[in-house]
Amino acid sequence: MSQLGKQEILLTAKALCCIRDDRILFDDLNFDVRAEQVLLLEGKNGSGKTSLLRILCGFREPDAGEVFWCGQTLNNQYYAQMMYVGHQDGVKHELTVKENLLMTLALGIPGKCSIEQALQKVHLQGYDDVLVQSLSAGQKRRLSLARLLITDNKLWILDEPFTSLDKYGIDIVETLMAEHVNQGGLIVMTSHHDVNLSEINTLQINLS
Amino acid sequence: MSLFQAFIAIIRRDLLLAFRRRAEMMNPLFFFIIVVSLFPLGVGAQPHLLQTIAPGIIWVSALLAAMLSLDGLFRSDFDDGSLEQILLSPHPTSVLILGKIFAHWLVTGLPLILVAPLLAEFLGMPGDALWVLIKTLLLGTPVLSLIGAIGVALTVGLRRGGMILSLLVLPLYVPVLIFASNAVEMASGGLAVDAQMNILAAILCLALVLAPLPASAALKMSMS
Repeated sequence: MSQLGKQEILLTAKALCCIRDDRILFDDLNFDVRAEQVLLLEGKNGSGKTSLLRILCGFREPDAGEVFWCGQTLNNQYYAQMMYVGHQDGVKHELTVKENLLMTLALGIPGKCSIEQALQKVHLQGYDDVLVQSLSAGQKRRLSLARLLITDNKLWILDEPFTSLDKYGIDIVETLMAEHVNQGGLIVMTSHHDVNLSEINTLQINLS
Repeated sequence: MSLFQAFIAIIRRDLLLAFRRRAEMMNPLFFFIIVVSLFPLGVGAQPHLLQTIAPGIIWVSALLAAMLSLDGLFRSDFDDGSLEQILLSPHPTSVLILGKIFAHWLVTGLPLILVAPLLAEFLGMPGDALWVLIKTLLLGTPVLSLIGAIGVALTVGLRRGGMILSLLVLPLYVPVLIFASNAVEMASGGLAVDAQMNILAAILCLALVLAPLPASAALKMSMS
């Protein structure tokens, strides 16, 4: 059963093409990401990494080709199982840490971790009632990554998750990513840093 | 969580945000008061003329105040990425957007209604017309927020969308303005205003059902 279940979870891109200002960023891009796999997108600045992630999120229509989740086009079931952390933190500065996470919970489906557990995992315990505007950039980043933990999801789409994190923060996030993948999750991510995921099945696509 | 809980959570969040930025939120209200009080200064000491044009003055000022406040509806969510998270929710976006519009109306529309009787008195509007004015504002200002949401969703991706927003939205406000100010005018003359009220109520129902859909579609377009 578990083997079958794992096989069913699948993110497929078929012949994706993205054109921006008459420039072809990528064309005829195909990949499959299965459970327990990480897809690492590489490439120069402006090579279309973020555009590809935004296509996977459904924010942008591909100029050709299609994205499938478990064999179906992107639908509500997909959005219930994915989380996206982009360039912007997506947290409100005038709300407290806890209020921000409660909003995420209200928008999605509660997952394995409670808010307290998630804050502990990203080393923000004790910051529940602190306004986000008084957090540092790295702490905001870790808060937006805590969103990944409190909701029930399979697919993480991460755009430069290590931005503004220190060495210690990067370690935390790498541990969380390894944990997620080992529990049958999928990750699609971009990164300028070298990602240390040695024991994990990692696909790499170079867009440039 | 259920859709209803998400809807309530969005309203609560936006009200909380408005409370924490309350100085900013008072601006449309002060704008409304100042524009209305400019007219007696411009027109001069002509109480009869002011009384005649009072419905128009109050409604046009309310319209401009509502428009001025529109940009705040999605701007901060767009800038900090919260809007992305709302659009990625498995719940129907249009319902979540309706929650945002409702919270926005509570913060910007409702204060106008509360302060309108004072301004009506100030312009010498008769007592009967005052109640009708409040009723037209109650039916009309939510429509302004609903229609405005479509315009602001279309222009939120543009850096300087303010002028385009007014060109897009103000013409669509015309029916509300016509029926609402006409109703108040008729009421000052002691005439029945049921027809205008029914039409305003119908416009509100229509906008409640139809506005959130194009607004959420336009937001998705603004994202790409």
